[in-house]
Amino acid sequence: MSAKNLTAVTGKPTKSYKRQRAITLGFSYAFLIILSIIWVIPIVWVLLTAFRRQPGTFTSSFFPQPYTWIEDGFKYTQTYTLQNFVDLFQARDGFDFGRMWLNTLIVATCSCVISTFFIVSTAYVMSRIRFKLRKTFMNIALIMGMFPGFMSMIAIYFILKSINIHQTLFALVLVYSAASGLGFQVVKGFFDTVPKALDEAAMIDGANKAQVFFKIILPMSKPIIVYQALTSFMGPWMDFIFARYLMGTHYETYTVAIGLYDMLEKTRIDTYFRQFAAGSVCVAVPIMILFMCLQKYYVEGVTGGAVKG
Amino acid sequence: MSKKNSESKIKIPDSWSTKLSAVIFGFSNLIHKQIAKGVAFLLIEVAYILFMIMGGFNNLVGLITLGTKETAWVEVPGKILPEYQIGDNSMLLLLYGVLTLIITISTIWVGWCSLKSARNLQMLEMQGKKIPTIKDDVKLLLDEKFHVTLLFLHMIGILVFSVLPLVYMICIAFTNYDRNHQVPGHLFDWVGFKNFGDMLIGDARMSTTFFGVLAWTLIWAFFATFSNYFLGIIVALIINQKGIKFQKFWRSVLVLTIAMPQFISLLVMRSFFSSYGVINRALLNMHVIDNIQDTIKFFEDPLLAKIVIIVVNMWIGIPYTMLMSSGILMNIPQDLYEAATVDGANKFQMFFKITLPQIIFTTTPYLITTFVGNINNFNVIFLLTGGGPETTEYYGAGKTDLLVTWLYKLTKDKFDYSLASTIGILIFIISATFSLLTYTRSKSYKEEDAFQ
Repeated sequence: MSAKNLTAVTGKPTKSYKRQRAITLGFSYAFLIILSIIWVIPIVWVLLTAFRRQPGTFTSSFFPQPYTWIEDGFKYTQTYTLQNFVDLFQARDGFDFGRMWLNTLIVATCSCVISTFFIVSTAYVMSRIRFKLRKTFMNIALIMGMFPGFMSMIAIYFILKSINIHQTLFALVLVYSAASGLGFQVVKGFFDTVPKALDEAAMIDGANKAQVFFKIILPMSKPIIVYQALTSFMGPWMDFIFARYLMGTHYETYTVAIGLYDMLEKTRIDTYFRQFAAGSVCVAVPIMILFMCLQKYYVEGVTGGAVKG
Repeated sequence: MSKKNSESKIKIPDSWSTKLSAVIFGFSNLIHKQIAKGVAFLLIEVAYILFMIMGGFNNLVGLITLGTKETAWVEVPGKILPEYQIGDNSMLLLLYGVLTLIITISTIWVGWCSLKSARNLQMLEMQGKKIPTIKDDVKLLLDEKFHVTLLFLHMIGILVFSVLPLVYMICIAFTNYDRNHQVPGHLFDWVGFKNFGDMLIGDARMSTTFFGVLAWTLIWAFFATFSNYFLGIIVALIINQKGIKFQKFWRSVLVLTIAMPQFISLLVMRSFFSSYGVINRALLNMHVIDNIQDTIKFFEDPLLAKIVIIVVNMWIGIPYTMLMSSGILMNIPQDLYEAATVDGANKFQMFFKITLPQIIFTTTPYLITTFVGNINNFNVIFLLTGGGPETTEYYGAGKTDLLVTWLYKLTKDKFDYSLASTIGILIFIISATFSLLTYTRSKSYKEEDAFQ
């Protein structure tokens, strides 16, 4: 911006200014390249490990080379393979990664739908309808949010156990979505910025509050709803504390997070490390694709949410 | 609003049917031919009374005593051999007791609704207005009372999965439900504020642990919040400079890591920094360290482990703040800068007088929530170091444990539920203090409905 503005003031950019500018840009590019490398290395490394043939946790070189110097010349050795993925999806010792993956998908999708609906509708009510307990409800939501989440983990476990559903996927969905309505703040912040005149115009035309919600507010709030759906999906997809606590040793309802965590136990890590990497790829790739497609909405949600608090 | 208030202040003496509605829910609705509504009210009351007779009352008694019979072999008069007596389960008694309490409060609220509805009917009758039919009520639920329809399911969810567990755990903090009083088999009982006393002053080892862990928690929250915040802003400023090409590309590279599930990136980082991990391998290859035995043990020295945690957290958090401050930077009106240039301000002045104040002003609420969030940041610590290195000075905690991870360990490994709950409440007090000090003073809270 300065270059342009300076041009506007002085007529033409000076030589020394141009040089200084070039140096700044040069440094910036160098900085950005180093930064990108630091941020991408772990991801690349997981990817390489997932396809690596050499067993064990670590190799002596960072990038296993397909051609290595053996005695008197470069020889081709097979360093990359798909075998890790084949092994991963072969069920053994109760480890059934395909099943875990499906379980996680089911839980995450259901929780995403339910919590998005809960959050969006609570946000609408708090933003648009004035009723007696509104401020009380908002304060209670604020206060409850300050207790550490899994303080109540044991209690939830016993509640679910007392109706004997604690080791089911349904229980996980309940845990992730039942009380999600308390996290309405970001979406409410967005609704607050939608002009109220729109609602009033629709009400004059005879719409009731339900119609205003479904036909006016919802279609107008696509970015924030997509953002909310994305975060509601990613939460259950990646969570493992609750899943671990609820499922115990019930392998059939394990989610990927439990499976992957178990693979890195001290006694298993050497055998399973490549499969852990392969599993990570299977878990991360879908979410990364989803994320890249919806990045625009996510950015809007992050900025909007932060500014509104 | 004030008009409505003064109108409702006119007292009308309750008619006999209204008075009866406070005792027999829905009575007034029934005699005014609102059959469905009346029956619903009545059914709730009948169900509640049946529930109380069937066991609800015992639950309330159990809440006070928390059980009286231990599981043990007892001598029975008249029999030679002692009999095995299955005792009370204090944990379940407490849970059911709290549940009964919540059900009772809900029922009282339903009764209050019935009374209000009856008063309303009486008023309508006096004014000679039409009594609303069920159709009118449904219509009202989609319009003026739409919030009731929308929030009904959520409320049940929140009550069962958030309020009930929370109340239950708060109760646990005032009992002695620890490793010596495990159910079933043993009873636990109310002990008042003993746990808080032990934690803060009474028990030397416990209070050493508590204040040690608390200090690190606050240091961690401070560094984690501000390192990410300022570095994120700097990265955003560099990317958003005029003249930088491929801005979208640089941003996407960083955003990629947000999309990577946190537990995977953290577990990968853990293996990177382990004694024979990638970092040590690289140092070996570069001959910074010569011997495989001399590798740097990142997670065995408390200070080193803490530094690693904060550095790794930067890797995770910077993309997020970068995204956020990019959005803010793009929204700063360009004419501010133009005006400043005309007045002869240089780049640094513009940065410190325009850009920085703008960013800090808009992100203050975010900073507070992030700070509180970091106090409760379970994942980074648990997946990276697991709280280690272990130490004998502490009870059940390692040198890098936060209060939350300590809470988790006390629950999972030590079964000291009462202590865990006590910590939970203390965490709440700490985060609430931080939030209240700043949050309620902020404009966005005070003027929450002002600007629409």
